[in-house]
Amino acid sequence: MAELITKHITKQFDNRTIIKDISIELHDQEIVSLLGVSGSGKTTLFNIISGLLKPEEGQVLLNGTDITGQAGMISYMLQKDLLLPYRTIEDNVSLPLIIKGTKKKAARKMVRPYFEEFGLSGTEKKYPSQLSGGMRQRAALLRTYMFSNEIALLDEPFSALDTITKSAIHRWYLDVMEEIKLSTLFITHDIDEAILLSDRIYLLTGSPGQVTDEIIIKEPKPRRKDFNLTSQFLEYKKTIIEKLENTR
Amino acid sequence: MKRKLPNITSKLPSILTICLILVIWQGVSMAGIIPSFMLPAPVTVGKAFIGDFPLLMEHTKVTVLEAFLGLGAGIVIGFFCAVLMDHFDSVYKALYPIIVITQTIPTVAIAPLLVLWLGYEMAPKIVLIILVTFFPITIGLLEGFRSADPDTIRLLRSMGATRTQIFFHIKLPSSMNQFFSSLRISVSYSIVGAVISEWLGGFSGLGVYMTRVKSAFAFDRMFAVIFLISAVSLVLMWLVEILQKKCMPWENVK
Repeated sequence: MAELITKHITKQFDNRTIIKDISIELHDQEIVSLLGVSGSGKTTLFNIISGLLKPEEGQVLLNGTDITGQAGMISYMLQKDLLLPYRTIEDNVSLPLIIKGTKKKAARKMVRPYFEEFGLSGTEKKYPSQLSGGMRQRAALLRTYMFSNEIALLDEPFSALDTITKSAIHRWYLDVMEEIKLSTLFITHDIDEAILLSDRIYLLTGSPGQVTDEIIIKEPKPRRKDFNLTSQFLEYKKTIIEKLENTR
Repeated sequence: MKRKLPNITSKLPSILTICLILVIWQGVSMAGIIPSFMLPAPVTVGKAFIGDFPLLMEHTKVTVLEAFLGLGAGIVIGFFCAVLMDHFDSVYKALYPIIVITQTIPTVAIAPLLVLWLGYEMAPKIVLIILVTFFPITIGLLEGFRSADPDTIRLLRSMGATRTQIFFHIKLPSSMNQFFSSLRISVSYSIVGAVISEWLGGFSGLGVYMTRVKSAFAFDRMFAVIFLISAVSLVLMWLVEILQKKCMPWENVK
């Protein structure tokens, strides 16, 4: 069971409120997106949940325990893959385990079984520079998963990829999630991505950023390959765009 | 393997230029434009080198040993300075000006003092070499540590990494490039430093040999030893390059 809850989070910088009263929930095995325009405080919230920043008010609860301001509880993944260029993929992926105190050899053994599932077979001994952008993001996701197989925090993880790679990786992502049951909080500004991947979407709008709406995507999983071309998809998109426009 | 070929072709122009200079130099000497006691011809220098070879090797051993000991100590001191300066901002502020000042003191001025304080044996040479080599190492490592990607550091922190773990997983490997650039500089400094301090007082070493051939006005042997010193520096720099390739395999992958 994995559950992440934020309660009434407010954060200020130099007396300016960046985000206000953010309460969101991520339940077990759910994919939830936090969709917001630039400047809505997405990254600030992200840093608070990952424990790198402390909020003025509110709490972050992981499985009922207060982890506000504590790093090392929830791992995240960014647009930049942040793989260490001087480590092989296998050692990069082992890094979270090594930091937790596992010996290098044991860590390698622990990560190896996942390479196939993540479509990374044969890359174990390669360096990040030898992999394509899409493959590197997969490796970064596997590293995140090795840190915590319960909850992952993903901040626009695929936004640096080109459109074709991106749609391939979206499909791949949904497939992998069917297998590994990772609860994911997605932070994104890409409406299509949010609808395609999420079970629920929170809209983060305004300045200071607040959660103004919650949209439930009822399309069952595994999702149809052409879901993003259906009228339901466009209906969701229309709703979201209207709501974003209204709050401006 | 594939990289070897362009390497040779890229070095070809410089090799040709050196050959051309030697040919012109030989020609100038043979035509008698510059008298041989002022500028001995390359062939004469070569002969002097072969004639004095056993003696030169004796002195080279001493000089290289001094350079190695000094450089080794310089690296260790430089490493600790860099780590402390990176870790504690107060140490950085306290040490940085002093380190810069040590570099403004002319080597030729401090070498005789070191001889006065530490005698004619190896000690003053090693201290001088430490003084000239630890600076590039410290600065190179320090810049390397600071060049580490802040986002990656934040990611490791979010994984609960300690400062020591961040140092060994990120800062130290990130500084390798700069470290090896500095090491290449320091290696040549160490040989030059050894020669200068031997020149200013000692019993053996290439610098001592130089003072002897100078007072004998044997300029062919003088040139021979100059070339030898350059060659030794080049070989050492080349060794550093090989070491770098061994230590940083990720730079060579295709």
